Order: sequence, then C-alpha cells, then structure tokens
Amino acid sequence: MSLHAVLRGNAQTLFDTIENRFDGYFGGADNPLRHLGALGLYFLWILVASGLYLYTVLDTSIDGVYRSIDYLSREQWYLGGVLRSLHRYAADAFVLVMLLHLLREWAHGRYYGFRLYSWITGVPLIWLAYISGIGGYWITWDRLAQFSAIATTELLDWLPIFSEPAARNFLAPDSINDRFFTVLVFIHIGVPLMLILGLWAHVNRISRVDYLPSRHLMLATLISFLALALLKPALSDAPADLALVPTGLRLDWFLLFIHPLTDLSSPAAVWGLIFGATLLLFALPFLPHPQAQPIAVVDAANCNGCARCHADCPYEAVTMALHPDKPGHQIAVVDADLCASCGICAGACPSSTPFRSQERLVTGIDMPQLPVDALRQQLEARLAQWGRPTPGKPRLVVFGCDQGADVRNLDGADTATLSLLCTGMLPPSFVEYALRSGADGVVVTGCREGGCDFRLGMQWTQERLVRSREPHLRSLVPLQRLQVVHASRSDGGLLAAAVDEFRNRLETPGPQSTRPPAFSRRKIHHA
Amino acid sequence: MPKPAAIAGQIVLYGAFAAFIGYFSTAPTYKQIPDDVALIKLSMSHLGGRDCRKRTAEELSKLPPNMRAPLDCPRGRSDIKLVLELDGKSMFETVMHPTGLSRDGVSTVYKRFEVKAGTYQLAVKMNDNLVNPDFNFIKEAQVTLKPAQVLVVDFNPDKGGLFFQQSAANKL
Repeated sequence: MSLHAVLRGNAQTLFDTIENRFDGYFGGADNPLRHLGALGLYFLWILVASGLYLYTVLDTSIDGVYRSIDYLSREQWYLGGVLRSLHRYAADAFVLVMLLHLLREWAHGRYYGFRLYSWITGVPLIWLAYISGIGGYWITWDRLAQFSAIATTELLDWLPIFSEPAARNFLAPDSINDRFFTVLVFIHIGVPLMLILGLWAHVNRISRVDYLPSRHLMLATLISFLALALLKPALSDAPADLALVPTGLRLDWFLLFIHPLTDLSSPAAVWGLIFGATLLLFALPFLPHPQAQPIAVVDAANCNGCARCHADCPYEAVTMALHPDKPGHQIAVVDADLCASCGICAGACPSSTPFRSQERLVTGIDMPQLPVDALRQQLEARLAQWGRPTPGKPRLVVFGCDQGADVRNLDGADTATLSLLCTGMLPPSFVEYALRSGADGVVVTGCREGGCDFRLGMQWTQERLVRSREPHLRSLVPLQRLQVVHASRSDGGLLAAAVDEFRNRLETPGPQSTRPPAFSRRKIHHA
Repeated sequence: MPKPAAIAGQIVLYGAFAAFIGYFSTAPTYKQIPDDVALIKLSMSHLGGRDCRKRTAEELSKLPPNMRAPLDCPRGRSDIKLVLELDGKSMFETVMHPTGLSRDGVSTVYKRFEVKAGTYQLAVKMNDNLVNPDFNFIKEAQVTLKPAQVLVVDFNPDKGGLFFQQSAANKL
C-alpha cells in the first residue's frame, strides 16, 4: 500500500470518527462536517449580503476609505459594525470550511473518475477565495492593510510579471492615489463574482445540489457569528502610514498566514509551495487509483422510458432520449463520464422486481458487476438454505451497502446478508419478496444521514420504503417487519446491536406478527 | 443521545467554532521586525544611459530632412551600477539590467534592509551609463532612524537624482 493510500485511509478514519461523534449531538442533517460545501456557499451569501452594505457606505478616497470603515465600526456599531464583523468572520469561516471540504473529499477518495470534473473545477476556487480575502483586507487601509499590501506585492515581484516592482506603489505616503481604492474595490467585487461563477461550474455535474445547509445549521452558525460580532467586533488598526513599518499586527491567520510564511522562508519557497500544491491537486486524479467500476447499462427491450432513473441519478448521468424501437417512447441513456456506478438507477427501475417470472431477470437499467438477476439468485439461494422455520427464532435478511457497515459480518444460520453497491440500488420489491419467501424481518442498512457515498442513495431508499417515492414498497408489507439502520463503515457494532434488538422485537408476539402472504415464484425458462 | 445533552453539546461545539474563528482572526499578533529595528528601502526605476554618437554634417545631409536627428543612439540601454554604503561599509552592490527583449526598458531594483535604530552615514552611488567608469550620481547624508521607521532611497531626475525620504514631512 502506498504512503498516499495510508495517509488517505487514516484521514478518512479520522473524519469518520469525528463525524460519527458529531452525529450524536447534531444528527446527520445538521452535522456541519457532513455539509461543508453547503456551509461554504451559505457563508459566501453572508459575505455578499454584508459586503453590499459595506460597499454602499465606502468612501474610496485615500483619507475617506479608512474613516468611512472606522465610522461604521465605532459610531454605527449596531448595524455597520455588526455587518463588518459578519463580513470578516464569514470570510474566515469560508476559508476554514473550504479547506476542510477539500481534505474530506480527498480523504474519501472523491477526486477521480466521475468526480474528476468537480475536483478540477474546485482547485481554482481556492486561488479566487484567497485573492478575494487578501484583497478585502487592503480596503480598510489600516496598518494591517499596509502590511498585507506591501508583503503581497513583494511576493508578486518575485515573479517576472511586472516591468517595475509593484511594491514601489507603497514606498512612501505620497505613492498611492484615490484611484487605487477604486481599482481595489472593483477587484474585490469582480473576483468573488468569478468565484460564484466557478462554484456554479463546480456543482454543475451533480443533481439536487445542497445550495444551502439545513435551517438549523444556518441559524446556529449565524448566531455564532453575531455573538462574535458583538463580543469581539472587527475593528481597524491605526491608519496606514507608509513611513513606518507596522508592528504588533493583529493578523488574520486564516487568510494572511502567507505573509509570515514568506518572512520565515523566502518568496521562492512560498511560490514553490503554492504552485506545487496547485499542481499536486490538479495531478491527484491522474495518480494511480482504484480501477473504475463498470457503468450502468440500459436494456432497450426492458426500458419503458419512465424516467425514474433519470430523476434519481445523483450525478445527472442518465438522460432520456427517443426510444430506437418504440415510436413515441423514451429510453434512458447513460453518460459514461458521469456515471458513478452506484446502481441507484437499477433500484429506481420498476422492472427490477424479483416477482417477475423469467428465469433470467433482465431489468431496464442494470449494473454489470451486480445485476438485479444476481441479487435475486443470491437471495433465493440463501432463503432456500433456511429450510423449515423454527418458532420463536426469527430469520432475517439484511440488505447492506459496500460503502457502509459491512453486513457480511452478520451472516449466520438465521441471517442472510446481501451487500449492494449502494443501498439506493435496492428495489423495494426485494423487501417484499424476502418477507413473502420466508424471512421474518428485513433490515436495510446504509450510510449515516448526510454521509451517503453516492449522496442520495440512502435518502431515496428511505423514501421508497415509506412509500413517498417511486418505486415504493407495496402496502401489503407490514412496516413492523422492516428495520432501517444508518451505519457508516465504522459502525459494525452499532449495526449488530440494532439487528439484535430488531430480532428480539420480532420474537415477541405483537402487531408485527402480521405478515404478507407467502409467495413462490413460478419460473419461466424463456426470456 | 438525550436531547438536553445533545443541545449542550451543540452549544459547546458552536462555541468552540466561534472561539476558533474569533481567536485566529486576530491572534497571535505578528511582528515583522524587532522593536529596535528600522527599515531602509532601496528602490528605483530608471532608464539607463545610451552610448550615442554625434552624426557628422555629411551623414545628416544624406538623411531625409524630417529625420535629421543630431545624435545616433542605439535602442538598448546601459546597465546601471548601484552601491549602497552604511557608515562607509558596502551594504549592497548590484548591476541592474534593462527590462525588455531589446533591453530598452527601465532598470529596476527593490530591496529591504533591516538596521538597528540609530544614526548612520548613508551613501548611495549610481552609474547609469557604464561606458563611463565613474559614478555620475552620488547622495550621501547622515540619517537618524527611529525604531520601525522607513527610509526610502529612490531616484527621480525631477528631484535632483538620488534622494532619501523618511516621511513626507522629513525629507533629507
């Protein structure tokens, strides 16, 4: 195993452990670590809203720029001051969640294959975020702004891009003029606009994007920022004075850490680090990684053009086109570059029902590595091994997910386990089929809420099982005989305990003793 | 997890998040230079001289009337030699090269020097046309530098060539 794989594996374990702990306090839907991208977008909207107000009151003359911002912070602290503080703290939090988002996606190996596009389009956003953030600090034109402006231009001057040193613009108090701040504000608005455009591209290839986190999460983070704004308002340092070197700087380490780093090393080392890290991020998807899985395959004869796979695909990999053989009908078409090989489309296909009598079950859209027919064969083989039922000893079928807790550890004489590519691949009719073919209960398990490796697999499965999404579980299936367990990769113990508890519940006679009518499939030996 | 414990946990974690953001947005403080140090910034942007030749009357007569410039100058500029001395000791010495593919642009320099606050004899010498062996611009003065003060060494023909600038109100 390579060093990179070991590092990544350890990082993933660390993230999983912390996220699972956080689930205990926040729940999956409100767990900030499971919604870092959406949180970043939310912080950006706070930045835009607070920035619009700051822009309207900003005086862009040399003397006015400091005075107008300082006035906001001290005289109009209840509005302008709070908005200025929100602007600063949201910017810092944006950088923090952006870097955590990057680390988390890397740790989960989400940077190659169908995720290549999102990864590559995400890298320039880091540059744009830092350009926006550092430039924003200059607008206050206090000692910190002076320090950052000089340090940044000195760093830029190491690159052979300017005919004259850019740092000469900050040599002496009379070096800059009013136009400087007008240009600066233009850049500070223009670059974030590019960032928003880049974010649109970043999420362009996924469906049902979480543009905002949950209301609870938005409210809690906003309250955190407001508390900070009141307890520790963002204030300007003394006005910039180019005749003096600023000392004792209250540095924003989220955005301006690059300046002390340059002082400690050299501009060459810092540019080497910046370009090296950027190149590494761009190159990461092209380094050796696990081979891509086969993508979904459409069977024209069995596709009725219902478009459920199109609606459920989390990556917009399935589109609908005119059916080649059935005039007036549509057919699903899979984009190989976008397909995540998750099988959620197979779970959405109404033809994926095991009740069909054909010897070989061919569905409208299927996964070559685990066809629905193979799933039915495995289930039937396990059910056949059970023989006659023993009173008081419930027999369970556990449907699991390759990305979540390993269900194979639960396999036993009275427990049949089947692991799917993603729980979203499970057609609800398989639950009914298992119960009507001899199982006393069915457990469906997948990743924790907000932690699905394929984004929507567990959500769609739950909705299908509670009959709010097509294809839904039929009403003749008593929900008391069904248990859904959220268990991520490290939750083997939690899953085993939940299965034991479910088994004990089934052992006790009660309303759950009702069961759907038995079913034995009539087999037809032709397609 | 019981609801009160979950709410308490959330308050602690959101508080920790706010404290983390709040602290590192302004702390720890950073000092770029020690307390007793001042800064000398040597920066200039100047076109080097050219080795021009005076055209003879015969040459001028052969030229079209509108192109009879008395001097024949090459496009390229000379390198510029620069020396900075502090209390008689050489602090920095360089040869600045003209920018541009045809070496016809300005020659530039930008350097920072940290020195202990105090009084020094500062001298800067420049030769902007290396055809001549001697420095054609020299500026020398006693300067007193306070802690954190910036002294700029620059060149501007309109200000008499080389000059020192400590602040707008304290030009040397």
